[in-house]
Amino acid sequence: MKLFDSAFGIHEQALDLRGQRMEVIARNIANSDTPHFKARDLDFKAVLNETQFDQSLKTTQSMHIRSASSMGQADMVYTIPYNTSADGNTVELSVEQAKYGKAAAEYQATLRFLEGDMSGVRKALRGD
Amino acid sequence: MSISNIFGIAGTALNAQMVRMNTTASNMANASTIASSPEEAYKAKRPVFEALLTEAQTNQGAEHVGGVKVSGMADDTTPHRRIHDPGNPKADEEGFIYLSNVEEVTEMVDMMSSARSYQNNVEVINTARELMMRTLDLTKV
Repeated sequence: MKLFDSAFGIHEQALDLRGQRMEVIARNIANSDTPHFKARDLDFKAVLNETQFDQSLKTTQSMHIRSASSMGQADMVYTIPYNTSADGNTVELSVEQAKYGKAAAEYQATLRFLEGDMSGVRKALRGD
Repeated sequence: MSISNIFGIAGTALNAQMVRMNTTASNMANASTIASSPEEAYKAKRPVFEALLTEAQTNQGAEHVGGVKVSGMADDTTPHRRIHDPGNPKADEEGFIYLSNVEEVTEMVDMMSSARSYQNNVEVINTARELMMRTLDLTKV
C-alpha cells in the first residue's frame, strides 16, 4: 500500500538508527574498564543521509566485492578523548553517560513523531 | 534489533564486573594468609578484561559482540613482604614467613570502581527497557 509506505516518513528509519547509536554507546560503557578499547560512535547524519538518498555503491552481481560502507562499518567513527589514560582505553564514562542520555532523549523524540504520524493514519482510517 | 542488543551487551558487562568484584572479595579474604616461601604465598588476582569485537571471541556468559569478557586471571607481581617470626608453624628454616601481596586499600578502590561500573550498566539497561516499553506503546489504540 502506497499510503503506509510513506506515512511515517523519515522517522521509521531514524528510529532504527537511534536504536543503533544507543547500542554503540552501550558498547562503550560496557567496555569502560577494558584495556586498549577504543570508544566509537555512529555518525548519525552521514548514515541517515545514506539511507535516505542511498548514495552507497551497489553490487549487482554476487561476484562483486562489497564496499566498506555497504557493510555498515564505515559510519562508525572513533571518538577523540579529552584526556588520555594509561591503559590505552579511550572511553570516558561521564561523556558516554551524557551521550547515552541524549541519545535516549532523541529516541523518545523520534518516537513522539511516530506517535503523531500513527494517530494521523488512525484518524484517516476511522474517518470520523 | 538494536535496542534488544543493548540488554545483551550491558549483561556481559554486568558479568565481567561481577567476576571482578568476586576477585576482590577473594583477595580481601586472603589478605592475611601466610606461607613459607614467596612462591607459595597468596598473590592478588586481577581479572583481565577483553572487548568482544568479533563473533569468534564470544563464549558462554559473554555471547554478545560489542560486550566485554574476562579473558583470564593475572597474578599481581608485587614482591611479598617477609617477616621474621621463628615461632610461626609456617616459618621456613631461617624463621621467615611470607605475607600475601594483597593491598587492602587498592582492593577497596577496585571494589568501588567495579560497583560504579556495575551501576552504570544497570542504568543503561533501565533506560533501554523504558524506551522499549515506549516503543511497544506505539501499537496501543
